[in-house]
Amino acid sequence: MTLFGTPVRRTEDHRLLTAGGTYVADLDLPGVAAVTYVVSPFAHARITSIDVEAARTMPGVIDVVIGSDVDLGPMPSVNPAFPETMTRSILATDVVRFVGEPVVAIVAETASQGIDAMAEVVVDYDPLPVVVGIDASATDEVLLFPEAGTNTVMVADGGSDAADVDIEGCEVVVRATYISPRIAPAPIEPRSSASRWEPDGRLTHWLSCQGAHPVRNMIASVYGLPREQVRVICPDVGGSFGSKARSYPEDLLLPWLSRRVGRPVRWTPNRSDDMVGLGHGRSQQQHVELGGSRDGTLQALRVRVVADSGAYPMVGAMLPRNTGMLACGPYRIPAVRWEIQSVLTNTTPTTAYRGAGRPEATALIERAVDMFAAEISMDPAELRRHNFIGPDEFPYDTPTGVTYDSGTYADGLELALRMAKYDELRAEQQERRSSGAQHQIGIGLATFIDRTSGVPGAEYGSIELEPDGSALVRTGSNPYGQGHHTSWAMLVADRTGLPMDRIRVVHGDTDVVPKGGITGGSRSVQKAGSAIAAASDQLVERARQVAADTLEAAVDDVVLDRSGGGRFHVVGTPARALGWDELAANLPEDDALRCEAEIETGSSFPSGAYVAVVEVDTETGHVRVRDFVTVDDAGAILNPLLAEGQVHGGVGQGIAQALYEEFAYDADGNPLTANLADYGIIGAPELPSFDGALLETLSPNNPLGAKGIAESGTIGAPPAVQNAVVDALSHLGVRHVDMPCTPERVWQAIGAAGR
Amino acid sequence: MTVNGSQQEHEVEPRLLLVHYIREVVGLTGTNIGCDTSSCGACTVHIDGESVKSCTVLAVQADGSSIKTIEGLADPDGTMHPMQEAFRENHGLQCGYCTPGMVMAAVSLLEEQPHPTEAEVREGLEGNLCRCTGYHNIVKAVLAAAGSAAPSGGAS
Repeated sequence: MTLFGTPVRRTEDHRLLTAGGTYVADLDLPGVAAVTYVVSPFAHARITSIDVEAARTMPGVIDVVIGSDVDLGPMPSVNPAFPETMTRSILATDVVRFVGEPVVAIVAETASQGIDAMAEVVVDYDPLPVVVGIDASATDEVLLFPEAGTNTVMVADGGSDAADVDIEGCEVVVRATYISPRIAPAPIEPRSSASRWEPDGRLTHWLSCQGAHPVRNMIASVYGLPREQVRVICPDVGGSFGSKARSYPEDLLLPWLSRRVGRPVRWTPNRSDDMVGLGHGRSQQQHVELGGSRDGTLQALRVRVVADSGAYPMVGAMLPRNTGMLACGPYRIPAVRWEIQSVLTNTTPTTAYRGAGRPEATALIERAVDMFAAEISMDPAELRRHNFIGPDEFPYDTPTGVTYDSGTYADGLELALRMAKYDELRAEQQERRSSGAQHQIGIGLATFIDRTSGVPGAEYGSIELEPDGSALVRTGSNPYGQGHHTSWAMLVADRTGLPMDRIRVVHGDTDVVPKGGITGGSRSVQKAGSAIAAASDQLVERARQVAADTLEAAVDDVVLDRSGGGRFHVVGTPARALGWDELAANLPEDDALRCEAEIETGSSFPSGAYVAVVEVDTETGHVRVRDFVTVDDAGAILNPLLAEGQVHGGVGQGIAQALYEEFAYDADGNPLTANLADYGIIGAPELPSFDGALLETLSPNNPLGAKGIAESGTIGAPPAVQNAVVDALSHLGVRHVDMPCTPERVWQAIGAAGR
Repeated sequence: MTVNGSQQEHEVEPRLLLVHYIREVVGLTGTNIGCDTSSCGACTVHIDGESVKSCTVLAVQADGSSIKTIEGLADPDGTMHPMQEAFRENHGLQCGYCTPGMVMAAVSLLEEQPHPTEAEVREGLEGNLCRCTGYHNIVKAVLAAAGSAAPSGGAS
């Protein structure tokens, strides 16, 4: 029996449950000093003077550093196509561009002493005009970088030729502008990092992140060091959701500070600082035009997406491209045109957040499809059925410029509708409408595709037979809750016969694992898993050779019996067999049995069909999610327990985005939601239990047939809930409510529709 | 005070929060810090048997009391508490950061309400935030622990 496809319990959990994980803040670093940053309280201002003399005399203060002290270059650009003038200094020197931008670094004996000293730092600012919001930015009336001459970071377009997208010629057209709200990723562990120079001149750098090797490479580049002189360790990570994928200025400065004070240093921001320092997600304005015929055939789609990238171009500025590429969802729309733009505003820079441009695409098309259905008075499920790409049409080249690998979209929808008892729900809805009930129900659908492994780059895996016959697995993929240690051990156990407790997985240390990327874009099983599987297969082949020598048999006659811990024997004579421990003992000392692989794969395209059932109080605008059904097709599922866990978490975040979460600013660029009391992070009482199912249409694009499932929840859930809210109120004349569908917004939509 | 049964005596600053005392002075880092508004519950511990967010208590206020943290929940021989086992069995944790506080809150919840409904579990865990699980498997774990603990009269 193989473990692949079974709900194996996690090997990580005993440690996390009894001792707690070892996060960067938990590391025992003798002599470590605490770094605290003084950040800008202004959204846009010129720094006229900084006085740190009083702070220097405060108890416990070791050093105080300002931008002009730092002889490092700016933050490396994430994309060479971005304007060169839009660079960010590690510490702001002359102009600050968002509230939360670090200006002064304090190194003190303890974090409390650092915070005490912050009060003594005097920074004089001359406020500058502030740009908040996409509309204000796009006018270029106030420029964040006058030398760039524009606030626009990037424009692009693609898809069908403009002339072929004949929206105007369509029988039915829906036009709308949607807002994808700005989200704070808010992993429960804020960022944290530490640095120490070793006696041999090497640097050890710890960071809560998604991949140690890219961070190592960036530090080496910024500090002008050979890569082998830098060791980056990523211990346990308390969540990330895309936001900790890369270095931030606050952690990139730590090696410099450590060298300057001659001691190890650590930085652990409080939540309020992290709510504005850690990158934000989403934040798009979407102009959509969807045309088709009155019988429900979709014919043309034109979208224009403008993303608010915040004050400096980070990953977020690139993400509208993902939105454009996936704008047609699972539908056969012959003509699709997308145009995208990223602009700067005086707010926290945006970055990847679980889905990274793809949830925005799904929200856009799913809302538009529902509007189209309403326009022609067709059931939204029927409209979707009518326009799905069929299972025999793969590989399917979309007009937007990608190739879908495989899918059974209609099957997913039918299953989801059955699970939700769709017809009964529609009947209940009709009853409530007829009786004019205060609490109306809405049924919202989202049928979606994702694009995983969207960023090119191979992933590394190796396996080594230890002298005691156990296996050491090195993975380049760096988990932060996904359960890689369990998943990779399952893959190895299936191939070697070794029991899982004889397989040790290590990750996140550039001195131990030679190569690695990041865990992101739902790529890990596809790339890292495939690499581990390939390395394991090689190990078995090498071991057969060794076994053949020991058993004095031809290698072709030696087989591995995977039962009983894995034993090699000659075909037909199982009595004389070699276990992995005996094999390890027979190895010559200099002949370590170690195999490695690097796997690059194409993108794959998971899909899903979600049904949200909401109850809306028409007097107050309050929305309660009553039921939530998920059908996910993510190809081959390695561990359904973990796959379902990924869906649950994403759906929780997605429902929160639909109903509560929005990182808000006032007109002066002051954050209004910069802590967990003001920001709408969701709690257990606001969510139902979920009803889920998995389909498995394999991907042809990787050896395991996996598609990745980690972002499906945040892709499918927001539009399902949003569509449900609108559906609950459509008989009152409500056509659209932007996310988050807060009571105030819903209540106002009801009022506006009634007028 | 005692922490997980071991006597602790230290001179501390009056402003020191209990969570910082536990982490930095006693050196038990299983209890985590996730916010600065007492919203997230990552720092939940037991004080004299009741769950408390240890960022809401000064260390000096806990003088003379008995503190239990996640490190003190399992048996000394390593056998996990039924709640810990239920979290493992039901995949009630992913990144693990909220987990120590969540487990301590859940243990306390079942002591007050040995046989809660799903809605009561959800309400009871309102003060503990998790960003990974959507709470689905956490709720399942707590309900399972309530079931398994029932024959012996509730979780201890």
